[in-house]
Amino acid sequence: MKKDWPLWEVFVRSKNGLEHRHFGSLHAPDAQIAINNARDVYTRRKEGVSIWVVESKNITASNPDDNSELFDPAEDKAYRHPTFYTLPDDVKHM
Amino acid sequence: MSNKDLTHYIYGIADNALILGQRLGELCGHGPNLETDIAMTNIALDLLGQTRSYFQYIAKLSPDNLNEDDVAFLRKEHEYRNVLLVEQPNTDFAYIITRQYFFDVFHFLLLEQLQQSTDVNLMAIAKKSIKEVSYHKRFSGDWLIRLGDGTAISQEKAQQAVNDLWMYTNELFEVSEGDQHVIDAGYGANLSELKDRYYKEISDTLAKATLNIPEESYFQNGGKKGIHSEHMGYILADMQYMQRTYPNMKW
Repeated sequence: MKKDWPLWEVFVRSKNGLEHRHFGSLHAPDAQIAINNARDVYTRRKEGVSIWVVESKNITASNPDDNSELFDPAEDKAYRHPTFYTLPDDVKHM
Repeated sequence: MSNKDLTHYIYGIADNALILGQRLGELCGHGPNLETDIAMTNIALDLLGQTRSYFQYIAKLSPDNLNEDDVAFLRKEHEYRNVLLVEQPNTDFAYIITRQYFFDVFHFLLLEQLQQSTDVNLMAIAKKSIKEVSYHKRFSGDWLIRLGDGTAISQEKAQQAVNDLWMYTNELFEVSEGDQHVIDAGYGANLSELKDRYYKEISDTLAKATLNIPEESYFQNGGKKGIHSEHMGYILADMQYMQRTYPNMKW
């Protein structure tokens, strides 16, 4: 039975005001059961206030083979990080 | 209404949660897959938690200085008041889901009424439990619809489970003389008022699940009077083993 069930990616908002984060993936026959399963598997210890599920096949992922052209060029561009500014002491949480 | 009536009444509610919790607990590690395994044991734990609240209350009412473990584990078979429905075995997933749904719909309606109880303890337990039970019903109802309206095999198994378990539904509404005293005192839920809503909700879901309502009019009962099916002894042997082998043991 399980091999017929599609895979779903689960995103959980842990608190109001925070974004949904990827929590993991699970099997379910449809979206409603995927929500139920996500509730039981990922939020039984009060981890969340909202759940999104999306069928894994609907996610387009970057190809690891392309990593060198996608990500490596950013390596030597330290100036893209705003680390050259002095922060006033009053500014917190930067 | 005496304390004895009230205790007897609470057993009639709590023992259902205890025995169904035990039945579902048997599935731990044996569910059809990881997700449903966790879901069913979650429900088992919810039911066990509710049972503890009731048993702590019973222990408080008891003149013999009992504790919740005595109440849960040291009674004899005929002293348990659970309905026959909840002691039925985990034959297959369709049975588990159907048994659960037949119980959950009743449980929800019962707790809805028990929230109006003039007994503050029962009212508080009902208020806390109803949120859990609302989810139990959603879980089992969602599954029953999918099994019924699923493949030819899942429909056949679901229909078989419905046919076999149907005769245990009527007992849910049985009221003993002691129960009636508690209901008259405003402490208990008036079960006869729930019956029509129960069968209406079940029929609606079975229709959605493309399953037929059995036409049989013969209903089985006995559990609430302490007369159980052949399964009950095995359940208790499993459940009581630790307390009977190591009296007064604590976790």
